[in-house]
Amino acid sequence: MSAHDIHAGGAHDAHDDHHHDVGPHSTFSGYMTGFVLSVILTAIPFWLIMAKVIEGRTTAVLVLGAFAIVQILVHMYYFLHMNSKIEAGWTLLSTIFTVVFVVIALSGTLWVMFHMNANMMPHHGTPPAASTTPQP
Amino acid sequence: MSELRMNAGAAGAIEPRDYHLAEEPHTANGTALGFWLYLMSDCLIFAALFATYGVLGRSYAAGPTGADLFDLPLVAMNTAFLLLSSITFGFAMLKKQQNQVGATLGWLAVTGVLGLCFLGLELYEFSHLLHQGAGPGRSAFLSSFFTLVGTHGLHVTFGLIWLVVLMLQISKHGLTHENNRRLMCLSMFWHFLDVVWIGVFTFVYLMGVL
Repeated sequence: MSAHDIHAGGAHDAHDDHHHDVGPHSTFSGYMTGFVLSVILTAIPFWLIMAKVIEGRTTAVLVLGAFAIVQILVHMYYFLHMNSKIEAGWTLLSTIFTVVFVVIALSGTLWVMFHMNANMMPHHGTPPAASTTPQP
Repeated sequence: MSELRMNAGAAGAIEPRDYHLAEEPHTANGTALGFWLYLMSDCLIFAALFATYGVLGRSYAAGPTGADLFDLPLVAMNTAFLLLSSITFGFAMLKKQQNQVGATLGWLAVTGVLGLCFLGLELYEFSHLLHQGAGPGRSAFLSSFFTLVGTHGLHVTFGLIWLVVLMLQISKHGLTHENNRRLMCLSMFWHFLDVVWIGVFTFVYLMGVL
């Protein structure tokens, strides 16, 4: 990893003025593959919901989530050119860190807030909360 | 390091000493990594907004629900605009690689028009909601909705401003090294916004009407 870095840094001039050295090399077929895949991955969820194909709410949420994750991966790979090689893996590493952070933040928030809402619900059979009566 | 010292000694006390390695290892393209880190920090902002929407998205306060408000054909059209603008930006990048200034500018213009269409449709949707009395003040659901979707729209707006400025730069100076670097950053920004929109149309609109 670092050996490749040093080699790349030393082999080129510090201020090389090539036009093609900036960013990854993209290809027409790569963009088109990504585009066609994402059109399919967008059209199916919209069709599923608009035509009311799926009955159960939980099933629908899981299916939609799966489509979204796959499409995000498609965009990352074909449009953002993510792979383990660019920047000697630092880009991938920072992305993995962000994904872990996002998953913890999202699932943690939803889990905690759901339980808080559930536990704050007034129970059946018990009188309303005492806070509604003015304190002397 | 010792070699450097010896060189400095051999040249006498006239030359100022360098206290860093001249052949310091550096990544070939540090801007890409730095800009990527910025995008990841942006991703955290959107994660916080998505989490907020996840918590508040069902708190309607006896007001209208997502099923009452969301117009899915409109959202589908908006999604199509953004997806198309992603591929046209890709075409601009391909033309940049072939060093064709005019074609690059052309595809960038198409991208900008598609981005404007997206933004126009979103503003139309917002004004329609406000007209119905479903503004951000109506319920916690609508507050979080306007914050999340509005922040994305704001990003698209700034992306469009950047796009126009960059087009002026390219038409003035051509596809120089600096402009190519800026183009690469803007392309990452634009594709990233498309990625965020996948989350928006899935979690806000499609799951909102369930």
